[in-house]
Amino acid sequence: MNKKQGMQSVVFANPPIITSTANIVGPMEGEGLLQGYFDYIMPDNLNGLASWEQCESYLMEYAIKKAVAKENSEMEDIDCVFAGDLLNQLMSTHFAMKNLKRPFLGLYGACSTMVEGMLLSAILLDGGFFNKIVAAASSHHDAAERQYRFPNELGVQRPPGAQWTVTGSGAVVVSKLGNGPRITTATIGKVVDYGIKDPNAMGPAMAPAAVDTIWQHLQDTERVPTYYDMIFTGDLGSVGRDLVIQLLQEKGVDISANYQDCGCMIYSEEQDAHAGASGCASSAIVLCGFIYKRLMTSKLKKILFLGTGSLHSTTSYQQKESIPCIAHAVSIEM
Amino acid sequence: MHISDLGGQNKKRLNYKIAQHRTYNLKKGDNMTNEINKKQEQTQEKMQQLEYQNKVDNITPKPPLFKNICWAFVVGGLICILGQLIADYFEGLGLSKKDASAYATAILVFLGSFFTGLGLYDDLGKRAGAGSIVPITGFANSIVAPAMEFKREGYVFGVGAKMFVIAGPVLVYGMVTAFIIGLIYWIRQ
Repeated sequence: MNKKQGMQSVVFANPPIITSTANIVGPMEGEGLLQGYFDYIMPDNLNGLASWEQCESYLMEYAIKKAVAKENSEMEDIDCVFAGDLLNQLMSTHFAMKNLKRPFLGLYGACSTMVEGMLLSAILLDGGFFNKIVAAASSHHDAAERQYRFPNELGVQRPPGAQWTVTGSGAVVVSKLGNGPRITTATIGKVVDYGIKDPNAMGPAMAPAAVDTIWQHLQDTERVPTYYDMIFTGDLGSVGRDLVIQLLQEKGVDISANYQDCGCMIYSEEQDAHAGASGCASSAIVLCGFIYKRLMTSKLKKILFLGTGSLHSTTSYQQKESIPCIAHAVSIEM
Repeated sequence: MHISDLGGQNKKRLNYKIAQHRTYNLKKGDNMTNEINKKQEQTQEKMQQLEYQNKVDNITPKPPLFKNICWAFVVGGLICILGQLIADYFEGLGLSKKDASAYATAILVFLGSFFTGLGLYDDLGKRAGAGSIVPITGFANSIVAPAMEFKREGYVFGVGAKMFVIAGPVLVYGMVTAFIIGLIYWIRQ
């Protein structure tokens, strides 16, 4: 049976179940708007380790172990892990996976990694290949900042449209059997590039990709936005969020009533993060804490969850290339 | 072989050449329309990009220019006043003006580095912007910050190699400018 529907979507015959989630964050995220929705808040961005990169590995290892422990499974029960982060050659993921010793496929989708992992997990589970898969993603503010921008102690002024990379990690266990919300459909995104070159304007760069995927998802599944209780994007920030609403309105789709961006849900105004949060962990920590709890308590029943990634590298923007972006979507229903 | 055959052959050859020329011209024409289409597509894409950039510019919050300028003026001014006070102090101790300003520079560089080390200079820079980047304390910050950050990569490929990632261009173009001005000065003499 062909499970592909429309141009870019799949509808699962036996929708896999998100049986458990876990997250961990740094102190700044811990003081933000989602207090009480984190499994562990680190006292500082090093957590007693020698480097920020090591700390990021720890974040991912913690999130995966915690998610597996929460559903009373052993690491050995996990058939495969899909994970990724922002650092060159997936540095922190690889060191975390070295310790976890599970079959592993590394993903780079920038900040869309979490959804990319969930989407692939769901496909493999529905295909009958595996029983239990973990999808995880992490990012670390200082490690990302030093790789993509400037040294952390440099006295630079960030523009108001800039976003703050989240320190944290989230992991989900997706299973063939069990209790929890189900991944019912998935839409794989295309690379979209509207010519934005400013690496400080990642929300605006990614917004057209999110719009493309939302639009295609609605077309493929023949749904209307109100089918979902909420539509979430990963890390567009306030500027990107407003652009998504505007661009979809121009296409005749109104999502302003039930749409929010995870990047706008993490930091409060006083934390001076400017346009909001970004990074792989932005969507991961919000999904694995706040959103999952809302789904489990049936406060949300149907959501469309998008991971949005800007796929530039330090080399590409120094060579004045524009920022190619991507967005993947999964619908999660209780 | 008869002469008329030759003519026939020549005719054939001529016809063939004409046909070849025609197809060549046709292909050339095709290429031209293709190129025109491509160019049109490119301009359309550029227009779309410009249009989108406009939308982004409209929606992106603008930096609070007046506030930023005030902060830069006050902080930059205070750093300079501090430098002047130090210079005056050393001059008061009996040093020449040149020596006193050299001492003041050294002390300011030390202070910039020190507060970078304490993790305070970037907090100042966040508000003051150019006010704390332009004075010599900012130069110290731009060298100490990467040196601190890359210590974990060792003293050679970390501290040593990365120390000047920010300040390097300033030094290079500073020296180039000095060289050019020196040259002009030398020619005029």
